[in-house]
Amino acid sequence: MIWLIGALVVMAGLAWGFRFAGQAATGNAPKFRDMPYGVAYGYVLGAAVLLWLIWAYMQGRSDDLAIANKFFFLRIAIEGFIIFAIAAWLFRILGRTVGTAWSKKMFRSMPLTAAFGILTILIYAILAIFAGVFAPYGQEQIIPGVAANIVPGGDPALGGNPDFPLGTDQIGRDIMSRLIYGAQNTVGIAFATTLLAFLLGGSFGFLAATLGGWLDQLLSRIVDVLMAIPSLIFALLLMTIASVWAPQLGIPLTVFMVVIIAVIDSTRVYRLARAVGQNIVVMDYIEAAKLRGEGLGYLVFKEILPNATAPLLAEFGLRFCFVFLTIAALSFLGVGIQPPLADWGTMVRDLGGFVNYAQFAPLAATAPLLAAGAIALLTVAVNFVVDWMLQKSSGLKE
Amino acid sequence: MSESPLVKIRGIKLEGRSDEKWNPIINGIDLTLARGEVLGLIGESGAGKSTLGLAAMGYTRDGVRISDGTVEFDGIDLLKASAAVKRGLLGKRIAYVAQSAAASFNPAHKLMDQHVEGPVQHGVMSRSESEADAIELYRKLRLPNPEEIGFRYPHQVSGGQLQRAMTAMAMSCRPDLIIFDEPTTALDVTTQIEVLASIRDIVEQFNTAAIYITHDLAVVAQMADRIKVLLKGDEVETADTRTMLSAPTQDYTKSLWAVRSFERPNKPAVQTGSVPVISVQNVDAAYGKVPVLYDVSFDMHSGRTVAVVGESGSGKSTTARCITGLLPPTAGQILLDGEVLPPDYRKRSKDQLRQVQMIYQMADTALNPRMSIGQIIARPVQFYLGLTGAEKRRKVDALLEQIELEPSEYYNRLPSELSGGQKQRIGIARALAAEPKFIICDEVTSALDQLVAEGILRLLARLQDELSLSYMFITHDLATVKAIADEVVVMKDGRVVEQGGKVEMFKPPHHAYTDLLLSSVPEMDPDWLTNLLAQRGVDNIGDAAVDKM
Repeated sequence: MIWLIGALVVMAGLAWGFRFAGQAATGNAPKFRDMPYGVAYGYVLGAAVLLWLIWAYMQGRSDDLAIANKFFFLRIAIEGFIIFAIAAWLFRILGRTVGTAWSKKMFRSMPLTAAFGILTILIYAILAIFAGVFAPYGQEQIIPGVAANIVPGGDPALGGNPDFPLGTDQIGRDIMSRLIYGAQNTVGIAFATTLLAFLLGGSFGFLAATLGGWLDQLLSRIVDVLMAIPSLIFALLLMTIASVWAPQLGIPLTVFMVVIIAVIDSTRVYRLARAVGQNIVVMDYIEAAKLRGEGLGYLVFKEILPNATAPLLAEFGLRFCFVFLTIAALSFLGVGIQPPLADWGTMVRDLGGFVNYAQFAPLAATAPLLAAGAIALLTVAVNFVVDWMLQKSSGLKE
Repeated sequence: MSESPLVKIRGIKLEGRSDEKWNPIINGIDLTLARGEVLGLIGESGAGKSTLGLAAMGYTRDGVRISDGTVEFDGIDLLKASAAVKRGLLGKRIAYVAQSAAASFNPAHKLMDQHVEGPVQHGVMSRSESEADAIELYRKLRLPNPEEIGFRYPHQVSGGQLQRAMTAMAMSCRPDLIIFDEPTTALDVTTQIEVLASIRDIVEQFNTAAIYITHDLAVVAQMADRIKVLLKGDEVETADTRTMLSAPTQDYTKSLWAVRSFERPNKPAVQTGSVPVISVQNVDAAYGKVPVLYDVSFDMHSGRTVAVVGESGSGKSTTARCITGLLPPTAGQILLDGEVLPPDYRKRSKDQLRQVQMIYQMADTALNPRMSIGQIIARPVQFYLGLTGAEKRRKVDALLEQIELEPSEYYNRLPSELSGGQKQRIGIARALAAEPKFIICDEVTSALDQLVAEGILRLLARLQDELSLSYMFITHDLATVKAIADEVVVMKDGRVVEQGGKVEMFKPPHHAYTDLLLSSVPEMDPDWLTNLLAQRGVDNIGDAAVDKM
C-alpha cells in the first residue's frame, strides 16, 4: 500500500517535470504549453505501465521455470498481440496495393483494428468452410494408441507430443481438429441463427414502423413481454423442453436451438429495425412514395430497407457475437450443441478442470483456454469491424 | 481613426478536410474592424462567411484549419495565444450568437442559469449582480416580463425571444466584439423585425463592434456600417453600406442586387364560370383533438399560381396536407376538376393521385439518398404511365432536359452528388413525371440561396407556361409571392384572412394583418428599419403587433 502511494507521488513529480522539460526543450510549443496536468500525468502513467510490461515479459522469458511460469500467460498475450498487429498491418498494406479501386480506397481509410478484425474473420471463415481439409483428424475420432490429456505445445519434456501440437482432450481426441470443426459448428450455427433473427425481427420491425397503429402496438407489446424474461434463462428453459420433444418428433435438437435463440434475439432486432424505420418513415421521400400510391412491399424494400442497411449491418455483427456467446454458453451448460459434435463451449466445459494447473504447469492449463481464446478472438474481431462500420455509416470523425 | 483597429485579419487562409484532402475554404482575406463598427458579411452558402466569422475569434470548427495569415484582436495574436489567454477572451471580450438559438440553449437549464455562467466564470460579476444585469439587458432588448422571463426554460419562450435572450447572454460580459451568425434566418418576418431592432439598439448603446453574417441583403442593409461580399472563399468587394447599395462595382454584387427584381407579367383575370382545377371548400382540420384549420376555402385555376402566405403555424402546410389527402379534413371537401376527392389518399384512384403532385421544402429529405437520379424520376414514369425499357429512359431524359440538367451526366448520380438547387430541380422533375395538372410547392425556395432560388422560380414559371400547370405556392417570403403569384391567399391562425389577385393584394387598402406582413419585409433601403420603427413605434412590432390583431 505504502509502495503504491509512493509510486503515485513519484509519478506526480515526474509528470510535472516532464511537462516542464517539454516546455523548455521545445521553446514553449503549443503542445506542451497548453498541456493540462492530467494529460502529462497520463503520459507518465502510460510510460510506467509500458516499462512494467517489458519487465514482466523479460521475466516470462526467464530461464528459471518457476518465475517464467508465473508470467507465462502475459508473455503469450504480448507475443500474440505483437504478431496479430504485424499481421493486420501487412494485411492492410496488401489490401492497399491489390484489388479494385474501390477496395483500395476502403483499405486506405481503414484503421488497424478493423484490418485485424477482417483478417481474423477471414481466417475463421476459411477454416470453417474447409474444416475437412485443414483438420488432421476427425472431430469425433478417438485415435487408437494415443494417450488422453496430452499437454499442448508439443514438447515431450513437458508432457506434449509433436504429432498433436495442441494436445488431446480427456478421451484422446485431437484438440486442433476439434477446434477447427468447432469453428464450423459454432460459427456456422451462430451465423444461421443470426440470419433468421434478422429476417424475423427486421420484417416485423419495418412492418410496425410503416403501418403503425394497432399492429405496431400488438407487435411491440409481444416483444416487450419476451424481452422482460432474462434471455439466457428463457433459452435454457425452452431448450430443456425441446430436448424432450426433439427425440419424439425426430427433429435434431440443433434446429430447436437455432429457432429458440433466433426468436429471442429477433426481439432486439425488432426494436432496432422499428426505431430506424420510424426515422426513415417520416422523411419526405416516403411521403412522396405514399402519395404516389405505392404498395407496402415497394415502401419497405425499395425506400426503407436501402436506407437502413448501415445500422442493421452493424447490429448484425454485434448480434452475431451475442448469439455466438449464447450458443457457447448453452453448450457449456450442456443443452446446446450435443456431443460428439465439436463445439467450443463444450470444449471449455470438458477441459475446464485443467485451469487449476495454471500456477505450476501453465501449458496444461492452456487446453481449455484454447477454445475460450477462439471465442474471445472472434468476438473482439467482429466488434472491431462493427465499430469501424458504425463510424463509417454515421460519418463520425476520428 | 487614430486608434488601432479592434480586429485585424491579414491574408487568412482556411482549409477544410474532406475526402482525405485539405480543400481551401477561404483563400487569403483581409478584414479590419474598428471599435464599435458593425461589419456585414454576405455571400451564398459555401462562400465561407461563417468560417471567416469564427476565424475572427481564433476558432475553427472540427475538420477545419487555419493554414496561413494572422488574426489580431486588440493587439493580441489569437493564433499564437495560449489556450489560457483565449479562455480569458472568449465569452468575456468576444461573444458569439448562433443561427439557431433553440439548438444552442441547453434545454435542461433555465435561461438565467445559462446567462450568468459567463460573467461568473470570468469573474466579471457575482451571481446576484449578473442576475440583476440580465434583467436590465432583457428590458433593453424589449423582452416581455424582463423580471420573470429568465426563470423560464428555453422551450417556454418563442423563437424570437430566445434569439434575443441569446443576444443578452452574449452581452453579459460587455464584450468588445460580437459575432452574429445568421441570427434571424430561422424566424418569421414579423418576428425578425423585433430581433433586428433590439440587436441594433443594444449594439449601439454599448458601442460594441459586431460582425453580422447573413445571406439576406435587405437585413444586412439595416444592420451594418460596412458590407463585405464573399464568393467561394474570396472577397468580391467591401464598401460602406450606402455606397455598396447604390453603386456596387463588381458584376457579382450587381447580380445579387438584381435578383429581387424578378417578376412575372400579370395575367388576365380568371373567366367567370370556368371550373377550377382544385377547389378547397369550407375545410376544417384538426391534429387529434386540436383544431388547426377553420373554414378554409379557395380555388386554383389551370395555368395559374396561387400563393398561400402566412407565418409558421398559420396552417399553410396543413391545408396542403388536406389537399393531398394525408390529413383528411374534419369538415368540408376538396374538388378536383369539379369532382369531390376522397378525403383519405388511400381511397383515391391512381389517376386522382397522379393529378396532384408535391414539391418539398427540403430537397435533402425529399429524395431517397440511396436511389440514383434516374431511378427517382423513372419510378413515377413507370408507375403512372406504364412505360418500361427504352421508352422509360427516353421520357426520363426528356424530363431532365426540361429541368435544364444534362441527362447523360446526371442519370446515374446520387442525390448527395448534387447541389441544393439541382436537388430541388430533381424534385420538380419527379413531380412532372406524373404529368399532373396541379403541383403543391411547399416553401420550395426558402432553403436556397437567392440566385439559385431565382433560377428555380424562373424554371417553374416556364414550365407553367409550357404545360399550363396550376401551382399552389406555400411561402412566407413576400418577395417570392411578388415574383411568381397570380393570386394570393393570406392565412393566420388557421383562417384565410384575405384573398384576391396579386395586384389588388399589394395595393392598399389591406387587411391589417396583410399590411403588417407586407410592411415587415425588409427592404434594401438602409433607412427602412429606422423609418418603420418611427412609424410604428418600438412597442408595436413583431409578436406584440401580431398579438394585437
